[in-house]
Amino acid sequence: MSHVFLYALVGTGLFTLGLYALIVHTHLLRKILAINVMGSGVFLVLVALAARARGAAPDPVPHAMVITGIVVAVSATALALALMVRVRAETGRAELSEERPE
Amino acid sequence: MNWDGWLPLLIVLSSLSVGLVIFFLPEERVATRTTLNLTGAVLKLVLVGVIIWGVVHRHHYETRLPLLPGLDLVLRADAESVLFVTLSSGLWLVTTVYAIGYLEGSPHRSRFFGFFSLCVAATVGVALAGNLITFLLFYELLTLATYPLIVHRGTDAAHQAGRAYLTYTIAGGALLLVGTVWLYGIAGSLEFSYRGFVAELADGHRAALIAIFALLIAGLAVKAALVPFHSWLPQAMVAPAPVSALLHAVAVVKAGAFGIVRVVYDVYGIEFAAGLGVTLPLATVAAVTIIYGSMRALFQDDLKRRLAFSTVSQVSYIVLGIALTGPIATIGGLVHLVHQGVMKITLFFCAGNLAETLGIHKVSEMNGVGRRMPWTMAAFTIGAFGMIGAPPLAGFISKWYLGLGALDAGQGWVIFILAGSSLLNAGYFLPILYAAWFKAPPDTWPAERSFGRRETAWALLAPPVVTALLTLALGLLASAPFSPLQWARSITTLEYAP
Amino acid sequence: MAAIPWGVMAILLPLAGAMACFLSPRRASPLGLITALGVVACAAGLGWQVAEQGAQRYAIGGWGAPLGIDLYADGLSLLMLMVTAVVGLGISVYSSGYFNREKAVNFWPLWMFLWSALNALFLSADIFNLYVTLELLGLAAVALVALAGGADALTGAMRYLLVSLLGSLAYLLGVALLYHSFGCLDIALLAERMEPSPAVMAAMGLMSAGLLLKTALFPLHFWLPPAHASAPAPVSALLSALVVKASFYILLRLWLDVFPVTAAGLGQLLGLLGAAAVLWGGLQALRQTRLKMLIAYSTVAQLGYLFLAFPLGSNVAWQGALYLLLSHALAKAAMFMAAGNILCFGGHDRIADLDRVAQRLPLSLAAFGLAGVSIMGLPPSGGFIAKWLLLEAAMRSGQWWWVIILILGGLLAAAYVFKVIGYAFTQAVMTHEARAVPATMEWAALVLALVAILLGLVAPWPLALMEIGLPFGGEAAG
Repeated sequence: MSHVFLYALVGTGLFTLGLYALIVHTHLLRKILAINVMGSGVFLVLVALAARARGAAPDPVPHAMVITGIVVAVSATALALALMVRVRAETGRAELSEERPE
Repeated sequence: MNWDGWLPLLIVLSSLSVGLVIFFLPEERVATRTTLNLTGAVLKLVLVGVIIWGVVHRHHYETRLPLLPGLDLVLRADAESVLFVTLSSGLWLVTTVYAIGYLEGSPHRSRFFGFFSLCVAATVGVALAGNLITFLLFYELLTLATYPLIVHRGTDAAHQAGRAYLTYTIAGGALLLVGTVWLYGIAGSLEFSYRGFVAELADGHRAALIAIFALLIAGLAVKAALVPFHSWLPQAMVAPAPVSALLHAVAVVKAGAFGIVRVVYDVYGIEFAAGLGVTLPLATVAAVTIIYGSMRALFQDDLKRRLAFSTVSQVSYIVLGIALTGPIATIGGLVHLVHQGVMKITLFFCAGNLAETLGIHKVSEMNGVGRRMPWTMAAFTIGAFGMIGAPPLAGFISKWYLGLGALDAGQGWVIFILAGSSLLNAGYFLPILYAAWFKAPPDTWPAERSFGRRETAWALLAPPVVTALLTLALGLLASAPFSPLQWARSITTLEYAP
Repeated sequence: MAAIPWGVMAILLPLAGAMACFLSPRRASPLGLITALGVVACAAGLGWQVAEQGAQRYAIGGWGAPLGIDLYADGLSLLMLMVTAVVGLGISVYSSGYFNREKAVNFWPLWMFLWSALNALFLSADIFNLYVTLELLGLAAVALVALAGGADALTGAMRYLLVSLLGSLAYLLGVALLYHSFGCLDIALLAERMEPSPAVMAAMGLMSAGLLLKTALFPLHFWLPPAHASAPAPVSALLSALVVKASFYILLRLWLDVFPVTAAGLGQLLGLLGAAAVLWGGLQALRQTRLKMLIAYSTVAQLGYLFLAFPLGSNVAWQGALYLLLSHALAKAAMFMAAGNILCFGGHDRIADLDRVAQRLPLSLAAFGLAGVSIMGLPPSGGFIAKWLLLEAAMRSGQWWWVIILILGGLLAAAYVFKVIGYAFTQAVMTHEARAVPATMEWAALVLALVAILLGLVAPWPLALMEIGLPFGGEAAG
């Protein structure tokens, strides 16, 4: 059971790391990558938690969830990258402007 | 559901539907708009006539529609609502005629008359409301419908007045809402009934009931312009004269005063409220307002402002009458609800005529105006003497019953208030009358418009003359059957335990 | 009639509509309108079905829980679906006049996708399916914000996308923990098997945080005003009216069915944040100089009200929050549309200069005003009913401090609504060229506002619908 726990812990670690990167980095590409790292962390947790008793076949449902999740992540990343390109073309920088229009 | 179950709703709809149609009329369709306005007003009056006849013959008129689980939208004709609904629909007809004459040729009339009709629909709803939540609903609708009328002219002063009006009334409405919800939480019902419905809650909820009373009355006092919530009313004077008439006599201020009647009599019950110790503070506030309003009126040169402060003072007679615990004072308060409306609307019509015809806005410009506009000033004179309380006019009846009622209730101090106020009334009205009738007119008026041989347009002249005659009739025929006085008497017998 | 799976059709029809609009861009607008009418019919059919036969459950492909995907329609989902249908139809009619041909080609497929995602979300019966629909919804919404083009809209969309993904991932991690604990995803099964444990608490924290971020509860609201204000008017309308409500709906479902009720402290926290949102959003709205920003901050404030039900927790409080959700959806959509008309007419939305346009658009201004009545919570309007229910719940539970918040929020709303309306009555002379606004756009806004008002007069009916399937746990009413 301990290696499962280890995977789950690593997954949570990746999630936290990605969250940190998402907040501190200003460049949009880094933010998008950070989101992807977070996603991988969640998927790792899902896969790890799918393990049942030693020797038994793992639970297929989380795997299905991970596959769906990856599909979603790919499309989200594509949209994000496309938007980033547009933002850069429009403002000259691939960053979110600091002065918020409030 | 039979006819009796729809009549109260029809009365509200008769002006609501007219208002909605008028909104969509193009500006230049004057004849259609006038016809619609007058048809709505006359129809409403006829329906009110039917209701009076029915109530006398013990018909039960009640429209009940579900609003929330456990709470209904109730429109009902009981003794009080008939009194108020008759007043507002009668005066509305007159005001409509006046407004048509007054606004001839001015812009945005469809908008004006649309909101004008909504305003009266809301007032009639306030009058017919059979429980506190229905009352609240129409009371807030009145706030919303009146605002566009106050800012109608679009000047900076109008906007300022509109803001002041909203600030006061929306905050007042919020207090009323809190009080209503709280009361519902405790009592589980909000239905108005003679002698109130909260008396059985006295054990254990005494403090809460006092707090709720304060919240409800404070919310209503804003519209009734009790001190210290009165200052929106003089500011609202920038609105066109028919709107002032509506504010002061027909709708807004009256809705506040009528709400206080409802809370004191049909929610708490006068005897229970007196036992709770909440009526004497209310009477005191009213007394302070009476004197304060009159004092301020004394020093206003602007005619409409003077009249506005006079309203602040006069409406508190109603509150004073109903807060003194005794049947005779109650009669005085209730009958003044009608009398004040008729007298004050006369005065505002006349002030509007002076402004429209001669451009007179200030008391100091009124020298000799009686010779130029004798009919208008005659009506004004009757209204003013009525306000002072001179017999045999309507105001005398009110003051007579208030005075007797105060003695009957053992509140002798009120006599001094009444006497002092009457002196002050004379102090701010008699100089106007003197100047108008006995001083020499100036060579030119500030802004004179010619109406041929008549002193002003007939639509402007007829309404004040009619209401002035009504002032006279209400005084002379006070003891006739179906007079407001007799009606107030019969309400009183219902509200005091036999 | 009775056997037709109206709920499934409500998901598939907009999906097919999206495809059709995409494949036939020249006819996107009429195709979209026809689809919108069809979806309204589906919602009505489902409504009839649920009212007649009670809550409906569809097993897609016949698999059934726990393995397959189930759809479930009770009173709560039905009302969400119906308000989406009404607002959606309004937005569709409005959009057919709003967009030029070039923009319409992109708008219609995205909007139909979004509608499909919304309907699927409201009908999902398991927490993973909710995640998928939430993501579909987020992606479509972001693309729609970006549709306006320009730096503001693009950065707004980008920020919205990042926030949305972050929220979804937090939610998904919670899903993983819940599945690990109970071995199922179906909400009803989870509710049966629920037992408090540290893993459940962690899941609850993660999912709530993710959903709160997406619902823009103060202080996580920072992304909402720029995104909602910079989008095209119909998009602003559907974001504020519908999209933020979707994540709130999931939170409500989880809170009512899945999470253990021991979390009273968290309820108070949500209530406090809601209160802060009501006040902060109201004050910020009052400070804005642009109409659309004002409306966007008003959304922040109104979302705060929804969370006042959590510390109260009674049946009446949930009904109040839900009623607020319904009336706000209608009123806010109408408000954004009216603002769109004003913007389209005068070319700007500076509040101080509105006097030059507002008088010329009486219908739009009426729509704004009527919607404002509901937002302020004055009678007669859906907003008033909602406020009354919340006030009643607060009074009955003895938590009177929420009463103060509700009243202050209403006063602030009155202040910012009348700040705008006041300018309508200035008699300024028009000094510049104005563009005509199509009548459909004016009427779409007005009709939605009127429905928001009407909700104040027909309350017993939606309130009875809400109770079907006992989403609030069958506690006796009142």
